[in-house]
Amino acid sequence: MRYTFIPALLLIMIGLTGCELDNFEPPKSAFEGRIVYKGEPLLMQSANVAVGNNSDFPVFLELWQQAYNNRSSIRIPIKQDGSFSALLFDGEYKLIVPNGQGPFLWKRTEKNTPDSLAISMQGSKTMDIEVTPYYMVRNPQFTVSGRKVSGSVKLEQIITDATNAKTVERVSLYVNKSQFVDAGNSINKADLAGTAIKDVASVSLTTDDIGTLIPSQNYVFVRIGLKITGVEDMIYTPVQKITLQ
Amino acid sequence: MKKYILSLVTLFSLTTGCKDDSEFLNIKSTSILLVDEVYSDPRLVLSAATDLYNRIPDLVEPANFGILASFDEAFASGDYGRHQNREYSYDDWSYWDYGYIREINLFIERVNAATKLTAADKARFAAEGRFLRANAYFELVKRMGGVPLITESLTYDYSGNTASLRKPRAKESEIYDYVISEFEAIKSILPKTPGEKSRATYGLALASKARAALYAGSIAKYGVNTPTVTLSNGEVGIPVAKAAAYFQTALDAAQELINSGQYSLYQKNPDLSTNFANIFLDKANNPEVIFVEDYKLQSGKTHSFALDNQPRAITEEGERGGRLNPSLNLVQSFEKLDNTFAPLAINKGAATDYIYYDKPEDLFADRDPRLQGTVLVPGNLFKSRSIDIFAGLVLGNGSILSGDQLGQLKTVNGASVQVVGLSGPIEGYDGSAQGGFYMRKYNDPVAGSGQIGTMSEVWNVRYRYAEVLLNAAEAAFELGQSALAAGYLKQVRDRAGLTKALTSAEVTFDRIVHERKVELAYENHLLWDMKRWRIAHVVWDGSNSDLTTQPGKANEPSTRVYSLWPYKVYNPGGANHNKWVFRKVLSSRVTQSHIFRLGNYYSRISDAIINNNPTIVRNPNQ
Repeated sequence: MRYTFIPALLLIMIGLTGCELDNFEPPKSAFEGRIVYKGEPLLMQSANVAVGNNSDFPVFLELWQQAYNNRSSIRIPIKQDGSFSALLFDGEYKLIVPNGQGPFLWKRTEKNTPDSLAISMQGSKTMDIEVTPYYMVRNPQFTVSGRKVSGSVKLEQIITDATNAKTVERVSLYVNKSQFVDAGNSINKADLAGTAIKDVASVSLTTDDIGTLIPSQNYVFVRIGLKITGVEDMIYTPVQKITLQ
Repeated sequence: MKKYILSLVTLFSLTTGCKDDSEFLNIKSTSILLVDEVYSDPRLVLSAATDLYNRIPDLVEPANFGILASFDEAFASGDYGRHQNREYSYDDWSYWDYGYIREINLFIERVNAATKLTAADKARFAAEGRFLRANAYFELVKRMGGVPLITESLTYDYSGNTASLRKPRAKESEIYDYVISEFEAIKSILPKTPGEKSRATYGLALASKARAALYAGSIAKYGVNTPTVTLSNGEVGIPVAKAAAYFQTALDAAQELINSGQYSLYQKNPDLSTNFANIFLDKANNPEVIFVEDYKLQSGKTHSFALDNQPRAITEEGERGGRLNPSLNLVQSFEKLDNTFAPLAINKGAATDYIYYDKPEDLFADRDPRLQGTVLVPGNLFKSRSIDIFAGLVLGNGSILSGDQLGQLKTVNGASVQVVGLSGPIEGYDGSAQGGFYMRKYNDPVAGSGQIGTMSEVWNVRYRYAEVLLNAAEAAFELGQSALAAGYLKQVRDRAGLTKALTSAEVTFDRIVHERKVELAYENHLLWDMKRWRIAHVVWDGSNSDLTTQPGKANEPSTRVYSLWPYKVYNPGGANHNKWVFRKVLSSRVTQSHIFRLGNYYSRISDAIINNNPTIVRNPNQ
């Protein structure tokens, strides 16, 4: 009877000791930063929704590590406050913004591929990435009257040269119950088409009445987003919590 | 005794050991056929071809129907993740099977080199190989854009240098041109046998050619709406100048098939809805079907579509069934018999200001009969039994009484009453009719089809004559020949049971889109159509839009699937007792709006492929 314990004991011992050789150290160096224009963060659609495949992120950067022959990109999602973070192994990387990502222009090479930025990871690193957005959305102001939310922003066109300048497709005001507010996460919204905007220095929108919130809460989160013609990702104002009357 | 055995063994070894040493290991295998053995017998070549037919890539198959719920045609009753994903992955719908292409190339080369086959057999098998290869390239170009065009088997010489095997991507238009020219070249070699549904025929070559040319034409024409979905060397995107020529090719090919008279629309059953459903069920002398993947009971090749989609009220297999529920988005798209579009008349404004119906199916009575040929609506029978869909009772005071088990009984005013249908719908109950509807198209009504041990032999229709007519109509419309387009549309609509013909002025882009949407629903057309018209990113735009009130418009956003739940009025003595009312429902399981990004128009070519062949360029916007 007691001999049957010996194989079990052996198995447990193998289990306890056998892991050391074939396990890698996890990546430990944190690479963090924000997408900025002249030091101001550029705010985007949140990537906070749990997804199965990391090419599902709305906006992402790609890192390519230089050390290996078979290269595969590491995709870093941008959060809704414009920040990003990733845990990496130390080494040499190149960072690119893939084609069609983000509401901004990224430098391109002569062959018209995205230009790369060399990143050297030796321990953790914080780095802001400077880009040129098509527009900046400034001075967001929100007011509440009854159960309607009004907001106004100033649009400042940054890229104005003839080849790259883009027009405004629409400006939208989004309202949601949680702090994740954007085109995909809203309970109410107001749209204003670009052609209906008279003065870009003061664009105002007002939503319909916000319906009953279940479970009840007397506050909502709001954000104004700018959709640029021909560009998928929108530029947003910071999330603001406002109290309903 | 022992001595005898010993000497016997010695004797045996002596008598058998005499073979020549070089012949000793040279024994013919009884289980492996060598290449030249296979290619010397037409029956064996056919089985090699069968394997290649069996591997034709289809995005949607009867056993892989889940993807039908990825867009706006159906609610996935159980697989809720399909409605909780906002973005489609860039990897979705990708296809890159050069192993298959290589085997087809080898097949063609071996058939052509065979010496013991008759000339007629060789010609037919080689043409079938070319059909399969062109069909595979058509699938590749639909999903990935221009791909390396490999039309002969490549051999590695072990020199360490693989440069000669690395072929760059061809232009998207070059792949379409190749596919179209192959279909044209083989059409007269293939037999003119419309009764042959599982192998390549003259009719199939023409139908494929028309479809490919139409796709190329619309990519050329509508690509201008998505200028960023192009690559500078033409791997993705076709110049707009080529549109007219492609449309003309499509129209010519479709007309050649139409004028050949080999196929006709299926019109065997006087009941229009049943007739429409039977197109997919009737395997005996079906005049409409051109090419299928066939299935057969008790042969090992059956599928589980009926098992997983039988109404729960009449399920033949315990907890199975009801997984795919047609959405209200699709159902309301079926037009009324007077050719107008309208949302279903369920209330007079407010959600509880109901319109009362004597029978649940009355709500759908004035709609295109194809609706009830495609979808089982509440009140329909299936396998001659009630499918029993209702979400609850509306009591006299307007309150709703429902339950959380299929067919649950509850006591109301002392009487025991059934408060929810045997098929549901119950929110979050897998397989209950949470969309409010069940599938009729492709759903096998034969008894036993819902059992695991039997399953279904309904075939998967890849090409049918009605699509050829719609292709002809679309190509004619794009070429400005609206009267011709109206004539082709009329044939399809007459058969469907719409008696009022469209005038040529009424044939618009919206009409073309609509007609394909309702005629070809669940037939593996939706995604490719939306892509080639470049309206996928407009319809699935990620907005939280409500169900459209203009179901006839092609570019109305439709990002979330809505359900229609029927309720029974329970108010004994009241005027509306036992009448039926309906509510539009957005399931709490539908948490995200679909967004089809510009990078989704062409699927991602994985990093592994680009590592192996650095001459491959990535698809745009990814």
